[in-house]
Amino acid sequence: MSVNLSVFLVIFGCALVTFLPRVLPFILVRNYKMPAALSKWLSFIPVCIFTALIVNSFLVKEGNTVNVDWTVVAAIIPALLAAIYKKNLSLTVIVGIISMAVVRFFA
Amino acid sequence: MNEFIEKKPGENEATGTFIGGIKDAVPTMIGYISIGIAAGVVGAASNLSVLEVGLLSLMVYAGAAQFIICALLAAGSPPYAIIFTTFIVNLRLFLLNMALAPSFSIYTLFRNIRLGALVTDETFGVASGKLLAKEQISDRWMSGLNIAAYISWVLACMAGAAFEKWIANPQVLGLDFALTAMFVALLVLQIQNGQTGKLKLYLTLVIMVVLLMFVLCAFFPSYIAIILSTVVVATFGVLMDR
Repeated sequence: MSVNLSVFLVIFGCALVTFLPRVLPFILVRNYKMPAALSKWLSFIPVCIFTALIVNSFLVKEGNTVNVDWTVVAAIIPALLAAIYKKNLSLTVIVGIISMAVVRFFA
Repeated sequence: MNEFIEKKPGENEATGTFIGGIKDAVPTMIGYISIGIAAGVVGAASNLSVLEVGLLSLMVYAGAAQFIICALLAAGSPPYAIIFTTFIVNLRLFLLNMALAPSFSIYTLFRNIRLGALVTDETFGVASGKLLAKEQISDRWMSGLNIAAYISWVLACMAGAAFEKWIANPQVLGLDFALTAMFVALLVLQIQNGQTGKLKLYLTLVIMVVLLMFVLCAFFPSYIAIILSTVVVATFGVLMDR
């Protein structure tokens, strides 16, 4: 149970560069009326980021080639169906965890 | 005056209270406890003490970045490289918070900073899902959501680090898939609650991001591919949506 000074400084630096992008929008937006095009652009950000994060979870990089981890894709399908038809976040997460466990058991 | 204004949005609704925020944090908490334990195990395996893992999750509070920080520390990377990489990895929070911040501009600056400091991909997703469903969200609801997620993350990370020796392989159970499942649910929520008549546009954007990720991941680290594909495709979205 100890904290190494150089590790602490790295953590502190990382905390700072994470805090700034998190908080700056909340400071800037108060005094700034966003142009319509910018707010439209921002409205597409969530769909794009969530898609990118999902794709990131099933891409495996080996050298310069990009491969698909099909076990992850197989687990995404039941989670996707649960999300579309049940519209429940918790249920989707649980269905996803169980699907992944089942897929790994058989893969 | 401030007190009066601050009581307005969503008063007496689930999206107006601190407790309501905690309730809406449940799916995020399931994900964070699962992944937090894994992140703690990785931290301990990278020779960080339980206290260091605790500080890391308390101060940085960002899942993907924490995994990368641990890997870089273990590899003996120079501090500036670790800090710069963290900055790039977490830059996407700037984009997310730009979209979320306008909903809280009626509150004081200090309160905005407090709210913004704890926003993650997941709590953003839950909050923006509410906004798309035309539900008003209050500062107290957002605090409940943020703080419940924050505490579960920090505790799970420390537990993972403390019990590293006993947790053989957190992957076996499928728990590491929790956040991907959460992203799937949040994506569906975004599309279902988005403007009607735009389904085709949203699906086109999804396909474009998938294709672009495949291409960009061959050339860039994944966290850069995520930001680039998002920025490029959102721009296409504006151009196509006329």
